[in-house]
Amino acid sequence: MIKLKINGQERSVDLDAETPLLWVLRDELGLTGTKFGCGVALCGACTVHMGGVATRSCQTPIGDVDGDIVTIEGLVGKDGSKEGHAVQAAWRALDVVQCGYCQSGQMMSAASLLAQNKKPTDDEITAAMNGNVCRCATYQRVRAAVHDAAKRLEA
Amino acid sequence: MSVLDRIRGDKPTDMNRRGFLAIAGGAGVGLMVGLKPFAAEAEAAAGGIVQFNPFVKVSPDGAITVVVKHLDMGQGPTTGLATLIAEEMDADWSQMRTEFAPADNVVYANLAFKAQGTGGSTAMANSWEQYRTAGAAARAVLVKAAADKWQVSQGEITVAKGVLTHPSGKRGTYGEFAEAASKIPPPTGMAQETPYKEPEKFKLIGKEGFHRIDNDPKTDGTAIYTQDVKLPGMLVAVVAHPPRFGGKVKSFDDAEAKKVKGVERVVQIPQGVAVLAKNTFAAIKGRNALKVEWDDSAAEMRGSEELLKMAKEAVSKPGVATATNKGDAEGALAGAAKVIEAEYTFPYLAHAPMEPLNCVVDLKKDGARLIYGAQFQGIDQPTVAALTGLRPDQVKIETVWAGGSFGRRAVPTADYVTEAVMIAKAIDGANPVKLVWTREDDTKGGYYRPFYAHKVRAAIGADGMPVAWSHRIAGQSIFAGTALEAMAVKDGVDDTSVEGASNLAYAVPNLKVELTTLKVGVPVLWWRSVGHTHTAHVVETMIDELAHAAGKDPVEYRLALLKDKPRHTAALKLVAEKAGWGGKLEKGKGRGVAVHESFKSVVAQVVEVTIQKDGGVKVDRVVAAVDCGTVINPDVVRAQVEGGVGFGLGAALRNAITLDGGVVQEANFDSYEPLRMGDMPKVEVYTVVSQQPPTGIGEPGVPPLAPALANAIFSATGKRLRDLPLGDQKFTIA
Ligand code: FES
Ligand code: FES
Repeated sequence: MIKLKINGQERSVDLDAETPLLWVLRDELGLTGTKFGCGVALCGACTVHMGGVATRSCQTPIGDVDGDIVTIEGLVGKDGSKEGHAVQAAWRALDVVQCGYCQSGQMMSAASLLAQNKKPTDDEITAAMNGNVCRCATYQRVRAAVHDAAKRLEA
Repeated sequence: MSVLDRIRGDKPTDMNRRGFLAIAGGAGVGLMVGLKPFAAEAEAAAGGIVQFNPFVKVSPDGAITVVVKHLDMGQGPTTGLATLIAEEMDADWSQMRTEFAPADNVVYANLAFKAQGTGGSTAMANSWEQYRTAGAAARAVLVKAAADKWQVSQGEITVAKGVLTHPSGKRGTYGEFAEAASKIPPPTGMAQETPYKEPEKFKLIGKEGFHRIDNDPKTDGTAIYTQDVKLPGMLVAVVAHPPRFGGKVKSFDDAEAKKVKGVERVVQIPQGVAVLAKNTFAAIKGRNALKVEWDDSAAEMRGSEELLKMAKEAVSKPGVATATNKGDAEGALAGAAKVIEAEYTFPYLAHAPMEPLNCVVDLKKDGARLIYGAQFQGIDQPTVAALTGLRPDQVKIETVWAGGSFGRRAVPTADYVTEAVMIAKAIDGANPVKLVWTREDDTKGGYYRPFYAHKVRAAIGADGMPVAWSHRIAGQSIFAGTALEAMAVKDGVDDTSVEGASNLAYAVPNLKVELTTLKVGVPVLWWRSVGHTHTAHVVETMIDELAHAAGKDPVEYRLALLKDKPRHTAALKLVAEKAGWGGKLEKGKGRGVAVHESFKSVVAQVVEVTIQKDGGVKVDRVVAAVDCGTVINPDVVRAQVEGGVGFGLGAALRNAITLDGGVVQEANFDSYEPLRMGDMPKVEVYTVVSQQPPTGIGEPGVPPLAPALANAIFSATGKRLRDLPLGDQKFTIA
């Protein structure tokens, strides 16, 4: 039995320690907002927070999980508001999504960036987000939404 | 004449309206346009929801659900079709909901294909009148129900933001009248003169300020894609495919695979060997532990170099088939003062949607249930029926959100759906099956944009204007060998190989376009903008060469040759104005232009590049001007063009599927790397004001990008980009 804390809840799973967190979230715990895109840390679709830091769950064996896990389903705003996290509000305001498949990962990377850097520059956003592939190429709006979310967090 | 008669008889050539009526009849709606409830009894039982016609449902709480007949793979038809219904019903945007239509090749046919399917950038164009008619029809009976209840005349009732009001002070919502409206017979004598609104009255169509309808589920993780579907008892299947196209299983050893915890079954299917497991990770591990010997006796063994050589040889000779022959191109070339000649090559390209291919099948004796991002139900449903011995109506398809497609989910052979069904058959339907392709499977799985070679010889006269254009194209046909070949290939010409070149927009008096179709055992498919992905590049870079040879400005040169093409002219002028065409550029920067029509829309783009210190190319800015007819959702149009620019740019910069001895060399996003944020230029999108019906927007943003980029590189370096992709070529500043 491996114990994990996911979105504030204790979960224990009876799986090999080498099992990637991605598949535990998706197949065992039903948290399907975290996506499978490449399986080898090249696309960021599977990004979750581990101890508050953006982490590729496809390359994180559950045996190595160190810290609380937060997925898109557990992303909450400052006051736990219905609007969700500032990145989610910004994403909606700017109509960032197209197919949407990469967007959980994009928002998790963005939320992690903003937790560490309240006012990232364009270059800092690129550095933090370059690992998140979007085949629909929503990058211009992702960038704008990160800036917008930063403003929302400041307010 | 009643509204219904007018719809029926007014414009006999109007396929959209007639199509709607045929469809409504086919659905057993009775006479028409949903003025009788469609399946109302069944639906009314479920929470009092009333379905007024195949496209509109109203629930007692006032929610209006639009039944979306097209797959939404990011291009936005859920938003677009909901906009059309909301507009005609004068609904409030917040009361709109959507659901994907079931498979029904008659009721939910794409009126452009006469079969259910999404593609060719037709989603809004083919639905434009159909969905507005459906909305207007639903509105009419709901208003009548209110009029009956209030004992007033219909004409005195107004609807705004989903609220019905009467000057007497009476107010109500659609939800309140849904049930009563469901019992109203077709009102053959409606007073309303037009079935739908005049554009001046639009509150949503063409307007800014309301948001995509899929924002919520796609930002909170609740949107369900195929990959997220889980049925009771379902097994996940991962398949070992032959390394070469056309290869087969010779033998396999599954001893190690079966030792993997969670692996339940290993079965051979025509496509390879499938490992079925309780979860995805076990299925992947099991597949990796399989030992398979392959039989390559019928496999494609050639490599990319050989294939490209074959294509280049083909274009060095006259084509096997002639697509266009106007005037006497060869004669004019022979006598011309100046001939410019160039050859081009284009690689195979994978669609690489963010969600790798997958499909869920639950196969039972008396029916099959499939759940997936279905893009071509009109093909998939009969294909599954034939594979299983079921009738098409026993094959139920539930469409879910697709994580991209770019054409990959609409396949004439229904390849991935077939694979899933064959697995389900191999286990006798004992469990529901979710077929999952890994990224590597997806990259190596074929159905690529075909490789092509082109050769153009163009002559200019003393005034610098073109007098002759000979254009030879060689490559694989998308339709050859499929069930659609007879319909799509005419006189040896598959239009998807030549479209965009065979109908050259520029006024050139002598034009010959020839095609040599090559047979290669690598499956090919339409890839966002299909033939235009390569023809636009050749046409738009060659015309640029001619402009330079003539010593003329590339925009002015094009305009002079587009005198009878008002939409091209408008887009080109708009893009030139917005981009500041002709303005001074610093050394090391370049600016290029291209304009191209595809899917009945015209897009012009100006690309600005900077040559980096190391000689690499950085794309700084792309300005696009679009004529896509009436703009339904301005922000979706912008998003599609932004996305099309990014999609085209990634491919132009660095994507190629290559084969070595028949084996695909690329596997994941390292060897087939999509555009990343750091590569994304600033994109500005402008639209040409138009009153014409809407035309395509999902694809037309792609074709002009690569040639405009190539022309920009030329303007900075004096070098032409004729072999794609750009790769890591280095340039020196001219
Ligand atoms: S799935 Fe983990 S980075 Fe792509
Ligand atoms: S929105 Fe489709 S991959 Fe990003």
